[in-house]
This record gives sequence, C-alpha cells and structure tokens, in this order.
Amino acid sequence: MSKDLIRLVDCVMVFDDDVILNSINLTIKNQEFLTLLGPSGCGKTTTLRIIGGFETPTSGDVFFDGVRINDVPPYKRRVNTVFQKYALFPHLNVYENVAFGLRIAKTREDEIKTRVNDSLALVGLLGYEKRRVHQLSGGQQQRVAIARAVVNRPQVLLLDEPLGALDLKLRKEMQAELKAIQKQVGITFIYVTHDQEEALTMSDTVVVMNNGEILQIGTPQDIYNEPINAFVADFIGESNIIDGVMIGDCDVEFSGRRFECVDRGFDKDEPVDVVIRPEDLTVGEGGGQLSGTVSSVTFKGVHYEMMVDSGGFSWMVHSTLSQPVGAAVSLSVKPFDIHIMRKGKTA
Amino acid sequence: MVLTGIFLYSPIALMIVFSFNAGKSRTVWSGFTLDWYSQLLKNELILNSLYTTVLVSLLAAFFATVIGTAAAIGFHAMRRRVRQFFMTVSIIPAVNPDVITGVSLMLLFVFIRSVTNIELGFFTLLLAHITFNVPYVILSVMPKLKSLNKHLFEAALDLGATPFRALCKVILPEITPGVVTGALIAFTLSIDDFVISYFTAGSSVQTLPMTIYAMTRKRVSPEINAISTLLFLVVLTLLVIINIAQRKESRRVKH
Repeated sequence: MSKDLIRLVDCVMVFDDDVILNSINLTIKNQEFLTLLGPSGCGKTTTLRIIGGFETPTSGDVFFDGVRINDVPPYKRRVNTVFQKYALFPHLNVYENVAFGLRIAKTREDEIKTRVNDSLALVGLLGYEKRRVHQLSGGQQQRVAIARAVVNRPQVLLLDEPLGALDLKLRKEMQAELKAIQKQVGITFIYVTHDQEEALTMSDTVVVMNNGEILQIGTPQDIYNEPINAFVADFIGESNIIDGVMIGDCDVEFSGRRFECVDRGFDKDEPVDVVIRPEDLTVGEGGGQLSGTVSSVTFKGVHYEMMVDSGGFSWMVHSTLSQPVGAAVSLSVKPFDIHIMRKGKTA
Repeated sequence: MVLTGIFLYSPIALMIVFSFNAGKSRTVWSGFTLDWYSQLLKNELILNSLYTTVLVSLLAAFFATVIGTAAAIGFHAMRRRVRQFFMTVSIIPAVNPDVITGVSLMLLFVFIRSVTNIELGFFTLLLAHITFNVPYVILSVMPKLKSLNKHLFEAALDLGATPFRALCKVILPEITPGVVTGALIAFTLSIDDFVISYFTAGSSVQTLPMTIYAMTRKRVSPEINAISTLLFLVVLTLLVIINIAQRKESRRVKH
C-alpha cells in the first residue's frame, strides 16, 4: 500500500450530551479498501460523515493529504459519497443524475458525454441514459449512485451501507462488482457496513467499532483469526464465548476442567474470555474433553449447526456430520483453536 | 346525499339561474338574457374593482409563495422541536377568525399611518393579503419537503454544489408541485376574501367582493347575480385545478 491519505486524530463527537464518537484515531492509506464495521449506533456512519464533511467533530482533527480539513465544506472536498438510500435526484434522468457533478464543475459538454458514458459503462448501465430514476430497480439505482460518484474522479469514495436495501443474491453480486470497480478506478474506498461477511469479503482493512470506539484494525484474516476481545470475536463470525480463568502460561480452566492452550503472559488466576469458533469443535461419541447432550440440530447447507449442552453452557458446533437430538456426545478442541482474551480489552 | 347536495347548492344554483333572468325580479322568471353580463362590462365600478382584485391576488400570491416557500425550507432545516414551534406559530393566523385578523391588521396599519405617512389603500391591502396567504403556502410546501429523501441536499453538496446551488438545482425542482399548489391556493383565497380586505383597504380601493357587498346595500341589481356567478366559476375552476394537480402529484409519487 502507498502513502497515508486520510488521518483522523482524536476525533470526538458529542450530540446533546451523548458521546457518539470517543477519540477516534484512524489512518487510511491511498487506494485502500477500508471497511468500518460495527452494530448500528456504533459511530461508523458518523465517522464516514466526518470524512465527507457533513459533520464537524466536536474536537479532534481530520487531515486529507496532510492538510487539516475540519472546516472544509463537503462541496470543496475531493471525496464523493454513495448514500444509504442512494439519494438520486428524482426530477432528473439517469444521464443527468450522473452528469450533475460535472455540470456543477462547468465541464465541457463533449467531455461530460464521454465521462458519463464511461462511468455508466463501468457499472453496466449503458442504454439506460434516458430512464427516470423511479423506473429503475434497487440494484440499478445503486449502480447509478456509484456512477454519479465515480464520474467526478474523487480520490476517495465513501459508501454508507450501499447494499443494505438489496436482496441477498444481488448483494453478493454487487460485492464482487464493487471490489472490481475499486480495482479498476484505483481509488480509496471507505465502506460502512454492519454485515461482517461483506466486510471480510471486500476489504483490505477492517475497522471494528462499538459504542463510538475503534476496537480493532486489521486485515480480514487478522480480525477473524485473532480477534482482540470477545466482542470482536462474537461480531466477526459466530463464536462460543465462555468465562475462564488462567491457571498459568498455556493453561486455562473453563467449563470445569483444564485445557492446554497457546496463550502466554496472563496473570495467574486472571479471569478471561475464552473464545472457540463453532467449526473448531470436534464432535465424537466419547473420549473428548467435554461431554454433553445434543439439544438441537439445524441443517445449514454446507454444514449442520448443533447446540450441545455441557455443564450449563450451550456450545455451538458446526460439523458436516450430524448427531440426533438427545445423543450423548463428546467435544474436543485443539490447543491453538482456543483463543484467550482479556476482559474488556480494546485497541 | 341528494338532500345534502340540494341544501348546499340550491342557493348558488338559484343565483346562477337568475343571473340569466330578463326581468329585474329575483322571484319571477321572465325569459333568458345575457344583458346583465354585458352590462357588467360597462360598469366601471365593477371593472375597477375586478382589476384591483386580480392585481392584488396575483401580487399577494407571488409574494406569499416566495415568503412561504423560504419559510418552509427554513423551518424544515431546523431541529424537530424548534420546527414544530415555528409551524404552530405560523399556522395560528390561518385558523384565526378573519374578522380578528382583519381588525388587528387595520389597527396595525392605522398605527403605522400615525408614525409614517402610509395611508390605508392598495399597499396595505396587499400586505394584508400576503399575511393571510403565507401560512397556506407553508402548509402546502411542508409535506413535499418532508417527503424528500433527507440526503438529497447532502448529495448535491457532495457533488460540488454550494448550498445555494443545491437549493436551486435539487430542492426547488423537487418541491415545485407543492409551491404551485400553494400559489394557486393563495390566489384563490385572495380573490375570495371579503372580511380582511374590508378592514384593510381603506376608502380609496375596493375589491370585487367589497363592491358586490356595497351593491347589495344600495339597490339590488341582477348584475350582482351575474358578477357573483362569474366569481363563483373562477374560484371553482381554481379549486378544480388545485385538486387535479394534487391528485396527479400523489399518483406520481406512488409510481
């Protein structure tokens, strides 16, 4: 990745005594696909709006290419936004919607034509120029919104849950397409979503947020494999999270017995969160580390999802082999699949 | 249904029928004529007041539309609490009895006359009409603003438009149907108004409804039937146009 393009330094946002953002520090590199991921109300959209210029942080600084842009209004920023519900202009047709920014910039008519055509081609909507916005499907409106933004050749494209209103199949298609568009135009994408799968699929960097704070920044692999705390682990994919106590280095106690693990550096008897992914638990018919009873089985297509009750905790297990409800089974887990996390730790 | 119809429309029907009556009587039918209509065209008092009415209505509708639209856009941008407060405050004059509005405006204008030398006349009449029209324009524009995607304005800014250009190029075109309806309502109300005009026009200027009222007090001429019929038809036409415009708009939104 190349140089740093956007930097948020200690950004705080307070609305009516509610702290929306609590000291956000974030550096975004040029040409990076960065995703702000978190549950609704975590501050991800506010962060995006600060970069777009629609909100001014209560305190803290925003830098773009090394220049402080706190007070630069949105219409003077070299960023464009794809809004959540597209916000296309209903009184204009597709062509004029895409041409809007160029007309404002007083671009020459022949250049407008070329650039609008190019960006409609980019999103696969050539031939739709004369359509009214309300004659388009949700997916097509989405594409117009993207075309309308990229036609201005921004350095950064901000996308606020752009696929939220689309059905699952279309969403998958658009994910791939957005990633392709980003590669093709070679600009920075800052993408907001609450869908962890979307974040993992598309991003170079994922920023996990909750309650106005950044919990973890990393590649999708880092975030999935090494979640920094129980919240991130739970939010990124499904997890079993159980209270445990560190007995010593590589030795943890939970669910009433001791397990070998790979984590070091904790205090003796320190209470921790133990996180185990459902696919890392192996079901056997005896001889495992834990024994329990199958309480439910759900077929999920690729695998079965089973809930196994053991010692008062209900373990979620993903397995390609199913066991009948009520069967007595054993569970085992490999030491490196046991993730130990300090309670309440953040980035 | 039929009874209600008869009850509501028989006075107007009677008036229209007798505007074509050849005799001067208001009870005996003595043949069809258009004389009363042609006499209207010769009646300078009526023509003058018609001119005043049309002029004041057009001007009042224009200014009220500009002021009301600007106010609605301003209110819309405010926080919810503040907006509701301003909406209520600006709507109260619309539900205030006309007599009260008329008298209070007259008192204000008389007070102003005592400090400046602005006489009661066309200018004060126009001000009064603008005043009572503004709330109706606000009421007609506000729903259009509320139905807009709240990010439209931001989208225009995002694409490089200054706030003023965003307003002109995006918000105004979107709310035009509401603005036009508001202007039509204002124009209709102005044409229609008697009470407020009566108190604020002074002695030098007369609107058509004031002339009709004055005529009924002197000699009762069938000309009144004719001019009232015309007035009724104009207002009816305007109302039909407003209705059609609103229905078209609601159908467009559904698509």
